[in-house]
Amino acid sequence: MTALLEMRGIGKVFPGVRALDNVSLTVAPGEIHAICGENGAGKSTLMKVLSGVYPHGSYEGEIIYDGAPLACRNIRDSEARGIIIIHQELALVPLLSIAENLFLGNEVAQRGVINWALAFQKTGELLKKVGLDEAPTTKVEKLGVGKQQLIEIAKALAKDVRLLILDEPTAALQENDSQKLLDLMLELKAQGVTQIIISHKLNEISRVADRITVIRDGSTVSTMDKHEISEDRIIRDMVGRDMAHRYPERVPNPGEVLMEVKDWNVWHPEQLGRQVIKGAAFNVRKGEIVGIAGLMGSGRTELAMSLFGRSYGRDITGQVTMGGKPADTSTVAKAVEAGLAYVTEDRKVLGLVLEEPIVRNVTLANLPGVSRRGVLDKRRETEVAERYRKAMAIRTPGVQQKVVNLSGGNQQKVVLSKWLFTDPQVLILDEPTRGIDVGAKFEIYSIMNDLAAQGRGIVMISSEMPELLGMCDRIYVMNEGRIVGELSAEEASQERIMALIIKDNGQMAGEGEAA
Amino acid sequence: MAEQKGLGAHLGGHLRENGMLVALVAIVVLFSVLLQLQPQPVSFLKAQNITNIFLQNGHVIILALGMLLVIVAGHIDLSVGSVAAFTGAVAAWLTVNVGLPFYIVIPLTLVVGGLIGAAQGYWVAFWRIPSFIVTLAGMMVFRGATMWMLGGQNIGPFPKGFQALSNGFIPDLTGIGRPHGLTLIVIAIAIGLQLWLGLRARARDAEFGITPEPSGLFWARNLIIAAATAFVGWQLASFRGLPNVMVVLAVLTALYAFFTENTVTGRRIYALGGNEKAAKLSGIRTDRLVFLCFVNMGVLAALAGMIVTARLNSATPKAGTGFELDAIASVFIGGASMTGGSGKIVGVVIGALIMGVMNMGMSILGIGSDYQMMIKGLVLLVAVIFDVYNKNK
Repeated sequence: MTALLEMRGIGKVFPGVRALDNVSLTVAPGEIHAICGENGAGKSTLMKVLSGVYPHGSYEGEIIYDGAPLACRNIRDSEARGIIIIHQELALVPLLSIAENLFLGNEVAQRGVINWALAFQKTGELLKKVGLDEAPTTKVEKLGVGKQQLIEIAKALAKDVRLLILDEPTAALQENDSQKLLDLMLELKAQGVTQIIISHKLNEISRVADRITVIRDGSTVSTMDKHEISEDRIIRDMVGRDMAHRYPERVPNPGEVLMEVKDWNVWHPEQLGRQVIKGAAFNVRKGEIVGIAGLMGSGRTELAMSLFGRSYGRDITGQVTMGGKPADTSTVAKAVEAGLAYVTEDRKVLGLVLEEPIVRNVTLANLPGVSRRGVLDKRRETEVAERYRKAMAIRTPGVQQKVVNLSGGNQQKVVLSKWLFTDPQVLILDEPTRGIDVGAKFEIYSIMNDLAAQGRGIVMISSEMPELLGMCDRIYVMNEGRIVGELSAEEASQERIMALIIKDNGQMAGEGEAA
Repeated sequence: MAEQKGLGAHLGGHLRENGMLVALVAIVVLFSVLLQLQPQPVSFLKAQNITNIFLQNGHVIILALGMLLVIVAGHIDLSVGSVAAFTGAVAAWLTVNVGLPFYIVIPLTLVVGGLIGAAQGYWVAFWRIPSFIVTLAGMMVFRGATMWMLGGQNIGPFPKGFQALSNGFIPDLTGIGRPHGLTLIVIAIAIGLQLWLGLRARARDAEFGITPEPSGLFWARNLIIAAATAFVGWQLASFRGLPNVMVVLAVLTALYAFFTENTVTGRRIYALGGNEKAAKLSGIRTDRLVFLCFVNMGVLAALAGMIVTARLNSATPKAGTGFELDAIASVFIGGASMTGGSGKIVGVVIGALIMGVMNMGMSILGIGSDYQMMIKGLVLLVAVIFDVYNKNK
């Protein structure tokens, strides 16, 4: 049996980062091949290389597809060869109908005029194939995420797919929708469509996959056949790396509880009936760095943002106490008043006014602190900005520099300065080192340690488990909107964190089948 | 060498601000020359023309001040022309039909303007209906309301008190007569204030470690402004003195410049326009600020409406047509960004003056309104292209 796809020695370098290093992947015709790995291991990058998002020549190594070398210049090229990728974020146009979406860019047309009769007929056939009973004229926005996912697959089938790549297809789905999707995958397999699935959920993988390839730090670790699959081995392969001394020394000295969250429930702002956070409870002590681990979509950011002035979600219930007293965090201003600060994971979109200078960004959350009766004292404002520039070692010619011109690490320091100027008791840092180079990461870690030493409480959300293990005194593990475990620094290890998540997924699947 | 590099870098960084001023001066010079070349030479910069530029364009400057805030906040207000017409009609009705004195009519009309702004701002701010649509609706509604209120007829004329709002001049308390003593004193104070504030800002820049403007450039600019102010002041004084409208404009300009640059609320409006999500996550109540911008716009539209009504000495159903376009054009010529978050009051005033000087100059030259519209449209386009080009460079 010759392979349908063979990727040999694939490497991909971004400025300053090597994302892929010598990855090999062989996919046999008609199989479902699963790819596992931690966040940032390089799975998505690999699939972008395969589908032509990164054109031929921008990566190292070679790809043999269907017996011939594959050199895609763009996605159109790979689609012409029957390689279709369905991304985690669905790429449908909500206000267009199912039929219009299915043939978007691939219209059933002659000389630019669409043949709607034929398009509707083909739509009907495709919908039947994916087991969806909807009129071709239904607008996509009327469908749930699960059905939208099926539309994406139908769209792929419309393009005569031979190799279908699904990037975390069930991440946003509820249990029964996930089951339907997995059934459809098996059906497509029976029809001869080769598939690659990227997933964290081992129960799903073991259900549909014929073989598994584990990727870690941009390299292939192992490929195993169905009968070799065991959770222990996958976890070991996924995380098994030594932790270097990448974290500054610190002697933890936790005091009394600063913030306590109890029975926190949040519902999705748009999708009715979808609960995003389910009864979460956690606490932070004085001088403590607490981590929240979890995979993408586990609800960590949603938890943080809903706590911070209800900036996310609806119908929020639960209690927050600060320093033993009930705290009102129902608006951002009140949350700040109560001593809470939140450093967002997306500093450019949510954290900074990019076209304004450093000084204006630093004081933005506490303008009353540099004004009297509503009139700004610009001298004091500049002094404040200068103070933080020195304390944080923000590398810039001056505080009048626009933040858009700063590097990622320095931008992050500006955001941290902004929140420190509100003098918070508890800081929630959401992916504080994302997109920051290694040296700046160390600086951010040092700043975090200093803040803890000052007696502030720090909640650190991160997708990089080594970072959590290196920095935190305690780690909460989140999955599917729930806190599924709490580990002390001594107990915590990547294996244990993954085990908690996987165990929880297994229970969920069990419940799903029982129901 | 260092000095030269400093000058070049500074001009590059402040091209827009200085460029605006240079453009205004260039346009004034251009018209002066063109009018001297006429078969019957006319002096462009005579007192009457200078007075008229402010009398005839005061409403545009006032509207542009409010429009800047709306645009900085990331919105637009298309209704200001209709609102000005409507509030003008309200003021006329209160004055002529009800017979109220001007000191009651003026505040009452401002309140009506504020309420109209609130009614529109409510939908924009709290319901997040696009401002383009809300104010387009307002444009139609208040044009219709004006016609309904006036019943297809004009209301006027007005008693002296109300007319003085637009046609009056400050009294000469010194009793010199001609030249107008108080005007000279006010102008002298204004020049002194301008220099003092400039020097203070410069000292502060140095203290904050901001590379100061090269001193040659600083003095050159300030002396040109001082000379221009002195010239205008002398001309006005030798005519009828300082018009009331100009006093109102000067006070409002200073007030709004201070508000935008030195107050917490002003700063927050810029942050909101620059990145609404970040502003919101910094504890700023962005919806309330947007609401306030529209209320403010309504009040200023009412003021502009009254000034225009007083000038024409009658409220007419067609008043205020196209005011919104003049105001928006002034804001963009003045260097505000289309996406919100930037723009300066001084720039906007200069932008409005450029429009006003062009209107007057072209009218005296006898250029038809067809060509005038085309030329103004192209000036707007060129100014914005200049901005975008500078930004991309």
